Amino acid sequence: MRFELEKRSERSLVMAWASPVIAVVATMITGGLIFAILGKPPLTALWVFFVEPFSSLWSLQELVVKATPLILIGVGLSVAYRANVWNIGAEGQLTAGALAGSMVPILFNSWQSPLTLVAMLVLGILGGMIWALVPALLKVKTGANEILVSLMMVYVAQLLLDWLVRGPWRDPHGYNFPKSVSFEDWQTMPTIGDGRLNIGIVIAVVVAIALAVLMRRTIKGYEVRVMGEAPRAGRFAGFSADRMVIFVFLLSGGLAGLAGVIEVASTVGQLQPNISPGYGFTAIIVAFLGRLDPIGVVVAALMLAVSYLGGEAAQIALGLSDKAARVFQGVLLFWVLACDTLILYRPRLVFGTTPEAAR
Amino acid sequence: MTASETTVPNEEGGAGDEFLVEARGIVKRFGAFTANDHVDLGIRPGEIHALLGENGAGKSTLVKMIYGSLQPTEGRFFWKGEAVSISDPNTARRLGIGMVFQHFSLFEALTVAENIALALPGAFDMKALSTRITDLSRDYGLPLEPRAVVADLSVGERQRIEIVRCLIQEPKLLIMDEPTAVLTPQEADQLFLTLERLASEGCAVLYISHRLEEVKRLCHAATILRHGKVVARVDPRAETAASLARLMVGADVHAIRPKHARIGGPPRLFLDKLDLPASGPFSVALEGISLELRAGEILGIAGVAGNGQSEFFDAISGERPVERNSAVVIDGTACGSLGVTERRRLGAAFVPEERLGHGAVPAFPLSENVVLTRHAAYEDSGRNLIGFLDFARARSTAARVSEAYDVRKGKPDPEARSLSGGNLQKFVVGRELDRKPLLLLVNQPTWGVDAGAAALIRQALIDLAADGSAVLMISQDLDEIFEIADRIAVLSRGHLSPAYDAHVMTLEKIGLLMGGAHGGSDRVDEARQLREADGHAL
Repeated sequence: MRFELEKRSERSLVMAWASPVIAVVATMITGGLIFAILGKPPLTALWVFFVEPFSSLWSLQELVVKATPLILIGVGLSVAYRANVWNIGAEGQLTAGALAGSMVPILFNSWQSPLTLVAMLVLGILGGMIWALVPALLKVKTGANEILVSLMMVYVAQLLLDWLVRGPWRDPHGYNFPKSVSFEDWQTMPTIGDGRLNIGIVIAVVVAIALAVLMRRTIKGYEVRVMGEAPRAGRFAGFSADRMVIFVFLLSGGLAGLAGVIEVASTVGQLQPNISPGYGFTAIIVAFLGRLDPIGVVVAALMLAVSYLGGEAAQIALGLSDKAARVFQGVLLFWVLACDTLILYRPRLVFGTTPEAAR
Repeated sequence: MTASETTVPNEEGGAGDEFLVEARGIVKRFGAFTANDHVDLGIRPGEIHALLGENGAGKSTLVKMIYGSLQPTEGRFFWKGEAVSISDPNTARRLGIGMVFQHFSLFEALTVAENIALALPGAFDMKALSTRITDLSRDYGLPLEPRAVVADLSVGERQRIEIVRCLIQEPKLLIMDEPTAVLTPQEADQLFLTLERLASEGCAVLYISHRLEEVKRLCHAATILRHGKVVARVDPRAETAASLARLMVGADVHAIRPKHARIGGPPRLFLDKLDLPASGPFSVALEGISLELRAGEILGIAGVAGNGQSEFFDAISGERPVERNSAVVIDGTACGSLGVTERRRLGAAFVPEERLGHGAVPAFPLSENVVLTRHAAYEDSGRNLIGFLDFARARSTAARVSEAYDVRKGKPDPEARSLSGGNLQKFVVGRELDRKPLLLLVNQPTWGVDAGAAALIRQALIDLAADGSAVLMISQDLDEIFEIADRIAVLSRGHLSPAYDAHVMTLEKIGLLMGGAHGGSDRVDEARQLREADGHAL
């Protein structure tokens, strides 16, 4: 008896949708096993992790707040990955966007205008773009691997942020804490209701829909898909691989930068050494779990937001390490990629005679 | 039908043990599709046995099962009369089955000896192996230098490596998949001598080819498959190429209608000393390519693969533009430095050699593949008023192309990769013809395509030229070139020979031009000398 993967002649539509579901179920089972090994009751732990985030209005709001940057970054990355361009450095582009956007409240603190926030958002996008342009240009001009360069740029951005908030941008009245000044009302995102929910989610959903239209209906989206599937055919169609690399890096970097500035201008409310719990990396999982489709990314971002909230709840209720959420995310990515094999291959158990048996 | 009359029942039932390898009642199903339906095949030692059939008739499936890379759903294989299960290629090799694939599996950056060593099990002595390669290749008339790097070798020489790699394991059955598709006529003749020598030593050869003339000449027996079933077992020496083709297709293959076009009028394509540097270590540079192609004309570019055909295609299609704009003139407009989209707007259309991954995106349905070459060129580009892609129109274009060029498919708009090679080729050619281009550049129009589809494609090219377009056809199939080209030029090591009228060209002359002897007036003597020298060498 042996296990065989048989190539399908076409992509299986059923599996394209079933694969993420199978992956989530497999992640639950794996998670239960990990809890059991850690000596925690698996069912209770899973309940705390995956169900409690839905149990109150506060946590539902928090879910949307956490999903906002994941959507913004995830849709950008999904376009880049569709083009077979591997931007792994969204966390750095997020940081660069947060830094650029924060120049307005920190350096021009007194400028109060309806345009203040707009200027911050635009600068955030530009910051993320500039950070993303480095790996893009290096890839186009020198053939440098974009995975490594974009990843290394993350640490450069984080160290730059660290230096700024401990040095030149530190709040002079902040008792020497490594923080910038707190942003004023007109420098933060308008809230929806009286909680932490803000209009960032509206921007994120609008962007997701716009990119869904771009990918499905426009020549640019078609170009992205062709370059990702068959670059030689893309050249035959008259598309340029180099321009594509730059386009998707600018798009995904700009959106990561936007997510960064929205984070500091809403839930964080100032610059500090830690502005993101790894949204830029989690968004990679979001992009894959969402089938590299902008609408799918919205759903996937909500699911990954659960793992953040569940991780926090598990810290409190079960005394688990805060790394538990990251473990879950890693296990989930593993299963998503594994299950994606099923879209192009049909698994099969073969009960046949082995060559030895035949003799 | 004539086919069933020639079907010979499996009369050797009782004498089965004289077969070297025998397949009995082999069935292979892929889901609901039956690729092989109770196939019986027997090959005797020392026999060169042809396996014939159209694309999709089930030849590759059967061969893959004999070589162990697929397993039959039903049926058994017998090796020297004993039932065997060939579970993987290693088992096949241990039994004594060797296979030379149509697409070589060689590492270009390694030497001949290293490539052969990689295929051998266990430890080996490199020096002894090199000696053995030299001896063996000389003995069989396939001279090879063990220390040569594969990247520097011609396609014919690369094939020799594949063959020697099999021979070194002393096979009792050698399977060859379309071996002559990439060879010059002279190289093919040499290969036939080698195969006949092998057969005389008792080695059986299973020979797959679309070229019926060479099957007639070389093979002792032939099994013909159609729709996965054996429809005939014949002695090809007693058949004609036409009768073999009829058995394969199940109907008469349409003879090509000759065209009656006036050649002349404005030049559709003019190349003026076009140079293109090599793009990498394994690429060929083009030097000083000049030609003129007029309306109504079909110009055939002959040559052995790897002599600059793909670079030639890239330079004319605009996938690799050149600096000097006047080097390429399409329909009166200089466009050497323009890209492929701009050249399409001038009325040119292109069909590359690779269907999957170059001419079509494998994972896209046919309708989206229509957009690939249409998105900017014509009114029927598939874009609507607000600039969005109009997939409904793309679908109707795909349907029209499929209808006009007989593209057979299981559902209305399947993914390109699910089509058989011949059907996808009809689609890729039809997609361009549907635009009624002024200039069509096509590379290997019928490569790996069955006789019926090939006739349809060639007819379409002739009809296009007859309507006043110009066709530039790169092909390695000399029969095809002689069948439809008005003039013939040869591409050799990045140089293009002058174009000669087809009726003054001979196979021999083309063979010499392929070797690099250009036939200017004072070079004719040189060519004759070359030919005589070849005669002595043989």
